[in-house]
Formats: sequence, structure tokens, C-alpha cells
Amino acid sequence: MSTSPITEDDLNAFVDNALDPTRHAEVIIYLDSHPPIASRVAAYRKQREHLRNALAPIAEEPLPPELNLARLVADQHRPRSTPKWAMAAAVLLLSVGGIVGWTLRDMDLRSSTGLELVAQQAANSYRAYAADGYRPVEVRAEDRAVLAQWTARQLGRTVAIPDLTVSGFRFMGGRVVPTDQGPAAMFMYDDDKGIRLVMLARPMWADSDLPMSPYSNSEINGYAWFDDGLGYSLVGPVEAARLHPTADEVRRQLRNSV
Amino acid sequence: MTQDMVKLIEPIVPALRRYARALLKDRSAADDLVQDCLERAIEHWHQRRKDGNPRAWIFAILHNLAMSRLRRSGRTPTHVALDDAHNESLSVAARQEDHLQYRDLLHAIDLLPEDQRTVLLLVTVEDLSYADTAQALNIPIGTVMSRLSRARERLLKLMSGDAQPQSDHPHLRSVK
Repeated sequence: MSTSPITEDDLNAFVDNALDPTRHAEVIIYLDSHPPIASRVAAYRKQREHLRNALAPIAEEPLPPELNLARLVADQHRPRSTPKWAMAAAVLLLSVGGIVGWTLRDMDLRSSTGLELVAQQAANSYRAYAADGYRPVEVRAEDRAVLAQWTARQLGRTVAIPDLTVSGFRFMGGRVVPTDQGPAAMFMYDDDKGIRLVMLARPMWADSDLPMSPYSNSEINGYAWFDDGLGYSLVGPVEAARLHPTADEVRRQLRNSV
Repeated sequence: MTQDMVKLIEPIVPALRRYARALLKDRSAADDLVQDCLERAIEHWHQRRKDGNPRAWIFAILHNLAMSRLRRSGRTPTHVALDDAHNESLSVAARQEDHLQYRDLLHAIDLLPEDQRTVLLLVTVEDLSYADTAQALNIPIGTVMSRLSRARERLLKLMSGDAQPQSDHPHLRSVK
């Protein structure tokens, strides 16, 4: 009976006990007649065992209270309603910010500096809110209509909320965030692995349309563009190759929504 | 259903701690990371792929959090002061005669490139299948196999002392 040649993958799977019994037996026969390889495989097995032993005690330590799963579940299911007065105060503060911001609006230069500024503001929002494990968004996805009304009132115009399901990101919710140029809409998304994206949009009074341009700051990548009087930016800890098509999708949907 | 979720996730928590600590070295930083991971897992439990392995799904969340934590702090695990790390957070309650050898092994692990170290840990220590490892790291299974193979080969050389460590870390000793 002829067997297919033994591969390096077979040897690794042998070390990890991941081969089916037939192949496992074939590898043993092979190792019997190849002593140098047999000794390397034996060393791998020993290495595996030692590594497991060396790290095993960590998994045997008693769990600290903050890793009690039942408690974490209970914490997350606690209602997170914001008192009405707090909401009103936040809206008031944002209005004041808007008035102050009004006078600063022409700081949006007719250049790529404006694009960079929008991307920076999106990145700032990312840092402030996306890392927040407890309450990253003020208005959650299920209250999409409330969020749309809130941002429209604060920005003085409607910003559509893109659906990024095709790019693998779910809409989590959003809030109004302050910028030096007035209130901006911030929407947050995440994927199956918990990676979050932030999209920011705000009125651009001085700029005409500008094409999409990349932005990068340490671990955060982003794209920014101006379309129809609004500045947009999409940022996140995602490689440009994945982020770019997602930003294209955002822009496509926003254009179609007008 | 919450009960099912707790039943599936709870047994994995010790392994999550172990993986986080192997990468971050620091006990409290690692536990913070696991807490963050569990909160996200609870929040997104209903959104996971039902046909996937929950273990691979949770390790993917943890791995991504660990990588962005390491990147944010501007260091890779190899830059940690290893002696401090092992004396404190990674101290192992091993049998006395094994203790030094395990210490050297953990030192050697730190000298592997990050992509090899993560594959080696997930496969050999956390018992993820090759397919689950590929899913957790979002890489093709062939890449898992080649990283695993290179990790083992390199670790063997490091432990036998005939490889020059890639970093200029002075603490590696041969155990032979």
C-alpha cells in the first residue's frame, strides 16, 4: 500500500495529536525509519508539553471578582436610561458650543487641511468613545430615529445613517459631539471581533466638494471627504485596504440618500 | 439565551486569562483586557455566527483587543522587561527543578516574532484547532501551519542556544 508523502504539516499535526488514526500510524512508521526527524518531532512534543506546563498555573488561579461572568451579564443588562434633565443639559451645552463654533467656522480652509481636520476630529471621537466599554454611544442603534432627529436639529441638516452590513460592520448608535467648528454627528459601528469604526459628519461652510483622502495617526486609519456641504470622515483601527472600500460604501449611500 | 451564554463562556475564562497574560505579561493589564473581552462577548453574543466555534470567536475578540492594546502602548511583547515580568506576573508554581527551565522557555517565547508566538500559543496551549486558530486570527489556515512550523523550529534553536536571538535581549540563557 502506498501512502502520500509525509509533509511538515503532518509532523506538526502529529505533535498536536490532530491527525486521524491512519495518518498518525503512517507518521509513526515514517519516523521509525528517519531518526533525525524523529528526534526533532520528539523535541517539538517536549516543547509543547513544557509550554503547557509552564503556563498552566495561570489558568488555575482563582478568578478575580471582576471576571465573574454572571455579574458582568447583570451589569450589562441594567437599564441605562439617561435622565431627561441630563439630556436637556447636554443639548444646551452643545448649543452653546455651536454658537461659539459658528464664529470659528471659516477656519475650514479651502484645502486638504480641512479634510485632515475632519479626520482628526473623527479620530478624537474614536479615542474618546470607541474605547469606552460601558457606554460608547449615547443613543443606541434601536433608537435610530431619535438619533437622526437629534443630529439634524444640532447640525441644521439631515445626515443619513449608513448601513455597513455589507462591509461586515453593524451600526451601534451615535451621538452629537462638539468640534471647534460646531456640533458634529458621530456614528459608531463594530464587527464580529469587536473592532469599532467611527464616522463623523459636520457642515463645512467654506469648502466645496473634495475627493476622498487618506488619514493615518498611530494605530488609527481614516478617510475624509467633503460632499454637498458636509465634511465626512470614517476612522478606525483597521488597515487601509479594508477601510477604503468601507468608506466608499459610506459615501455611496450618503450620496444616494440625498 | 443568557444561561446558554454563561454555560459556554464561563469555562473559557481561565484560558482567556492565560492567553492575555502570556501576551501582555502584566497580571492586572491582562485581566482588564479579559474583562473588556467578556463585556464585548456578552454584548455581541447574539450577533456571533451560530455555526462557528464560540471559543474561536471569543479568542478572536481577545486577540484583537490585545493587539490594539500592545500597539497603543507602543510596544510589542518582546520589549517588556522580561525579568520583572516573569518574577511577578508570570511566576509559575512549577516543581522546583522545572522552574528554571520553564522560565527560560517563557523567555524564548518572547523572542519569537509576534505572529509566530500567537499561533503557537493558541494551538499548543489553548488547544484551538488549526481551523479555529485561522478564524481567530483572521488568516488562512496555510498561514497558521507555516507560522506554527517556523515557531517550533525557531523555539527549538533558541532553547538549544544555537540561534542568535532576533532582538539583542541579554537575558536568554541556554538550558543545555
